[in-house]
Amino acid sequence: MDFSYTILIPLIPLALFVILGLFSKKIPASISGWMGSIGLGVTFVLSYYAAYQYYLNGKLNGVYQPFIYKYNWLNFTDKLHIDMGVLIDPISVMMLVVVSTISFMVNLYSIGYMKGDDGFTRFFAYLALFSFSMFGLVLSTNLFQIYIFWELVGASSFLLIGYYYTKPSAVSAAKKAFIVTRFADFGFLVGILIIGYYTGTWDFQELNNPEGSVITNWAATSFMGLSVITWALILIFMGGAGKSAMLPFHIWLPDAMEGPTPVSALIHAATMVVAGVYLVARLFPMYYFVEDGFALQVVAYVGAISSLFAAIIALTQNDIKRVLAFSTMSQIGYMMLALGVSGYHGHDGLGFMASMFHLFTHAMFKGLLFLAAGSVIHAIHSNYLQDMGGLRKYLPITHITFLIAALSISGVPLFAGFFSKDEILAAAYENNMLIYISSVFVAGLTAFYMFRLYFGIFWGKEKEYEHTPHESPMSMTIPMMFLAFMSIAGGYIHFSKYISPDHMPFEAHLNYYLAAIASTVGLIGIVLAFIFYKKENNLSERFSHAFGVFYKWTYNKFYFDEIYLFVTKKIIFGLVATPAAWFDKNVVDASMIGIGNVTESFSEKIKGMQSGKFQDYAMGFISGGVVIAIVVFYLWIN
Amino acid sequence: MIEGISIYEILTLSSIVFFIGVYGFFTRENLITVLMSIELILNASAINFVIINTYLYPDFLQGAVFSIFIIAMAAAETALAIAIIINLYKLVASVEVKDTERLKY
Repeated sequence: MDFSYTILIPLIPLALFVILGLFSKKIPASISGWMGSIGLGVTFVLSYYAAYQYYLNGKLNGVYQPFIYKYNWLNFTDKLHIDMGVLIDPISVMMLVVVSTISFMVNLYSIGYMKGDDGFTRFFAYLALFSFSMFGLVLSTNLFQIYIFWELVGASSFLLIGYYYTKPSAVSAAKKAFIVTRFADFGFLVGILIIGYYTGTWDFQELNNPEGSVITNWAATSFMGLSVITWALILIFMGGAGKSAMLPFHIWLPDAMEGPTPVSALIHAATMVVAGVYLVARLFPMYYFVEDGFALQVVAYVGAISSLFAAIIALTQNDIKRVLAFSTMSQIGYMMLALGVSGYHGHDGLGFMASMFHLFTHAMFKGLLFLAAGSVIHAIHSNYLQDMGGLRKYLPITHITFLIAALSISGVPLFAGFFSKDEILAAAYENNMLIYISSVFVAGLTAFYMFRLYFGIFWGKEKEYEHTPHESPMSMTIPMMFLAFMSIAGGYIHFSKYISPDHMPFEAHLNYYLAAIASTVGLIGIVLAFIFYKKENNLSERFSHAFGVFYKWTYNKFYFDEIYLFVTKKIIFGLVATPAAWFDKNVVDASMIGIGNVTESFSEKIKGMQSGKFQDYAMGFISGGVVIAIVVFYLWIN
Repeated sequence: MIEGISIYEILTLSSIVFFIGVYGFFTRENLITVLMSIELILNASAINFVIINTYLYPDFLQGAVFSIFIIAMAAAETALAIAIIINLYKLVASVEVKDTERLKY
């Protein structure tokens, strides 16, 4: 079977980026949007074709075979080299489907959403750059290639968050996102270098081979009680946590909502933020086998804590995009913990499968939630829940699609989120009771805050609007309807037939007992939200008063931003940067300026020699000549 | 050989002319007289060429030929210098040395 055509999937957006970027002034807005959409449409078709071909025929003796096309790019030593290439295996094909679907839908949606914006063509150029980088990341064959594209998605995320570059809040949000993820990526880079130094390879196939030298020799070198490979994996996970907004690197994600809403849907909900999950999944055999999965335990707990933490904060936020951002963080925490509790062989790989399954369904329904939120914002020009209410009459399609997505994320039976969440809970139940209980609690919180949003936006009292809100154009509603379809149908795909850690299909059955618990908790959340927010009442105020300090802490996101500000402003700037600046100014610079001053005052003293009178110069010349003549004469007579 | 005159007297003459030229070059205020001083220096060297040639190699003429070259060169140099002085006069309305100090520090 030949998958070499998949190289086109990243190359088409790259070409689009170059064309749209170079000629952004020349290409009229009416064409550039459709150019972007058609280009991404082609990758969408190619990705689905690749998925169809691979999942149907990619097996050899019941095991999915990886297909690799690569060429040798940089050689460090005989063994260690960086390749550029394409790796086709079950999870990369699944990611291709996710990324191309969301990219294509968001491109279509943006034609309507960004209409009339000054930088219309620039926006589509950036979207194409992002799609290129994300496809490259997904298809990477080795750690270094993934790192290159990893930074590229970071850069395009930076460009898109700061898209409204005249708005100071957008600029600072872009900067924050870049710096925080860059800081985390520093850990990633160190991890890569450790792996390169101790194992001599970056190739995923060699690293991930359970019988290979890397995994069997993990105990060869240790550092501070842990194997160096474990340290490397933890550092690599630090990079993943930065991109995926896990605790404590989550602070950039809520601020990233300053970008245009389609960007939030594409990058900060569906694709880029799950790159961390993908990275752990990509190296899963290493995480599982090295040091009996110590690094994987770290992943599980970080994921579980992040999901609980984000879900609690989401309860109190009033900016609808920020609620969705925290919800994204919480759901990604789910995916991480599912990876963390997973085993490797056969049915033990349920967590891994569930994580990928949830990644897929989450991309669909969270992308949809953002697009629907964008549609609401488009209609009433506000992000805040207080400014909304009773919109179901004006925005019927948005209302229905939002409801489908909310039901899906809440884990209501028959919707996609129910199936994937159930697999995650089942995996957690089998492995770690503590994480299971926290996850079930998070499921309830998720349902509550989603329906708080739903009732707040579409029900309740109608507010005063500047003009009558109207439904968005077709180019925006069609992508929403497609994603709504996927938010239901996505759950009926039998992921266990396609995706497992050891690439061997297995049978996963719905655990009715656990599913009943989870959906009951979800329904309780919905009912509570119904009581609190369906009609205007003061129940929610009374509750927030009852919680007092805890409510205030939650509302201020547990003061994480303030802690970071304290660390950077007071400790780094105050205790390190200020003395360093003083030293630089008063010692380094001052000595240089001193040398300059000495030279200058000396030259001031002797500049009179340059009198400008040619006779003076001639005098000097002749006197010199006379002196030389005398010396020569003196030497001659001796 | 020139009757009644020894080489020393002629060399003394050329030395006196040379040093008058050098002195004038350093002290004159007027550019034209400075130029004249340069002519004196050149003439002193021309006299030296001729007289030393006559005393050392009476059968050859190189020294005399060289002095012809010096005279030609002096004429060319004077033409050039006068041109410069005229342009300078147009610029600063003066041919005094003290008015040509603009290129100082």
